[in-house]
Amino acid sequence: MSPTRPAGPPAASLVGRAAPAPDSATGSVRPALGDPSRPVGDRSRLMLLALLALAAAAGYLLLGLHGNIGYALTRRATTLATLGVVGTAIALSTVLFQTATHNRILTPSVMGFDALYLFVQTLGVAVFGVGATRQLPPLARFGLEVAVMLGFSLGLYGWLIGRLARRIHLLVLIGMVCGVFFRSLTQFVQRILDPTEFVVVQDAMFADFTDADTTLLGIAAVVVGLVAVAARRLFPRLDVMSLGHDPAISLGVDHRRMTVVVLVMAAVLVSVSTALVGPTTFFGLLVVHLGYRLVRTGWHRTTVPAAIGVAFVVLVAGQLLLERVLGLDSVLAVAVEFLGGLAFLLLLTRRPR
Amino acid sequence: MSARTLAPSRDVRQVTDPAGPSAGPVAGVRPRRGRAASAGLLTLGVLLVAGLTGISLFVGVGQLHPATVLHDETQQMLLVQSRVPRTVALLLAGAAMAVAGTIMQLLARNRFTEPSTAGTTEFAGLGIVAATLVVPDAPLIVRMAAASAAALVGSAVFLRIIRGLPTRETLLVPLVGLMLGGVVSAATTFVALRTDLMQSLTSWLTADFSVVIAGRYELLWAAGAVTLLAYLAADRFTVAGLGEDVTTSLGLDYRAVMGLGLAIVSVVTAVVVVTVGAVPFIGLVVPNLVALWVGDHARRSLVWTALGGMAFVLLSDLVARTVVAPAEIPLGTVVGVVGAGLFLALLGRQVVRAR
Repeated sequence: MSPTRPAGPPAASLVGRAAPAPDSATGSVRPALGDPSRPVGDRSRLMLLALLALAAAAGYLLLGLHGNIGYALTRRATTLATLGVVGTAIALSTVLFQTATHNRILTPSVMGFDALYLFVQTLGVAVFGVGATRQLPPLARFGLEVAVMLGFSLGLYGWLIGRLARRIHLLVLIGMVCGVFFRSLTQFVQRILDPTEFVVVQDAMFADFTDADTTLLGIAAVVVGLVAVAARRLFPRLDVMSLGHDPAISLGVDHRRMTVVVLVMAAVLVSVSTALVGPTTFFGLLVVHLGYRLVRTGWHRTTVPAAIGVAFVVLVAGQLLLERVLGLDSVLAVAVEFLGGLAFLLLLTRRPR
Repeated sequence: MSARTLAPSRDVRQVTDPAGPSAGPVAGVRPRRGRAASAGLLTLGVLLVAGLTGISLFVGVGQLHPATVLHDETQQMLLVQSRVPRTVALLLAGAAMAVAGTIMQLLARNRFTEPSTAGTTEFAGLGIVAATLVVPDAPLIVRMAAASAAALVGSAVFLRIIRGLPTRETLLVPLVGLMLGGVVSAATTFVALRTDLMQSLTSWLTADFSVVIAGRYELLWAAGAVTLLAYLAADRFTVAGLGEDVTTSLGLDYRAVMGLGLAIVSVVTAVVVVTVGAVPFIGLVVPNLVALWVGDHARRSLVWTALGGMAFVLLSDLVARTVVAPAEIPLGTVVGVVGAGLFLALLGRQVVRAR
């Protein structure tokens, strides 16, 4: 069954040689220098990716500048920052989520996290009215939405994932139908709203990577930064976790607690990206798999930067290509959805090797 | 990484739904009820749908009372031009989509298949967009033909893909279908965005019966006729649901039955999408609820499925019309909420079984 193919470090690094001994104090796994599980190639590949990202960013900022240069640069920089924050949030949340669920076709978006966030947001407007939600400072509003979303996602998905860990197709199907359910529910609530409120929330339903709110962008950048730092500290434990439930426990990782922590992080990151640009379904899946392909190991300190780098490059290069070369504004989300959906189909239908 | 994830057999066994049609529909057929009892139940069902139809006729913004309608020309006009067409459209679309779902499930040999979980709906949308691009002022019938053709291609592609799946896992099939639909709809959205058809596309993809008046829904009678055809050929689909080998050994041309079934499903989906917009999940929820009760014998259950589809749509439409009256919510949205909720409930039965 291909979709549940092993996640994490390649088997060779565990079977072929003794597993690296966990450092008892920190629970971290420190591979020796020259560890065959970390080919030297990965470092240069990541460097190359970073250069590509830089080139894409520079290209996006500078290509075809004319007219009011200051204004154009500010706008482009805002978009670039949005793409960076969103790319990081989606890539990181997807890798974390896949590690925690031991599955490489699950992503928070596929499981309906974005739809849930939009629903919480719409419900907020419906219950308190658009005036009340506008009066709240953006940070408070965002915090409130994230808190409600956390409650929901931990309750629902924590229960589902705990229960269905071994029935991955059922889990994915339920997640996708949950997505449809929350989206329809959101539309339903929107229709009950009065027209002004409707306009306010309707805008959030489609992913748009440009024109993000700068205040929100600042908050989002800080939140994503904090989560990323926290996640960085967890990388060693995540590496152990990706060995599977039983090995992780026998190696001293509290699997249940880590699953909750990762779910919380994923929910926060998805909230950030959804609040900034709207829902995306398959983008995370696409970039994370490109990232996995790019590097040869499953160590989080390598895969996470790779996934984030790929996300950034895909977003910026895609935006550059669509906006400047093809003259298509705001269809990046659609294009990404198409490619990501194809990738997902391939993953689902591929025959076991 | 663990040995558990590497050993597929366990998962396969667990995921394969023993009650699914692929596991043998005949086993699922309940013993025949007494004829008198089932006839009585059927009468009850018909009466229920008739009652809902009556309510549907007399609920709405315009004043319409059963007592005065005979003497008031304005009311008669309202009845003939708006209320009757709408209610008839609801009945036809509900029955047709529910029956199409049953047939799709037999053809795919999977309980969780229906036009909106097999990409058929999205392919029909693609067909309409393509037709609108090629012939800008295409008459309805051209659009319908294009949508049918695209839906047919789409369903065939879907069946081909699920044939090639590593194992016949019950839940992988709707997953692949949903994904196929997502990919196709992304492509359609891309084309629609480029050609300013986005608004039309949205209306095709969400059913809205507020547009139904006399002269704008009659194509749905074709869906009704095709549904009747499906009923007449029901036994063949039941046999086809047993698989290619059994079908052939029972003396039926498997490919012909598959072709007929695909044509029926595609035409029904295309007609409904073109006239009122997609009505999701009915073909999935209704046949499953009926099968829980009546079993999998297609011809016996199809009547119930059709009645169930009608009742489902009529009820959803009443909700759509009354919750925010005098405005209304598109039916597709209401059905999306109720249908997805019921779908989750059906899946929840598997969650319980997983324990």
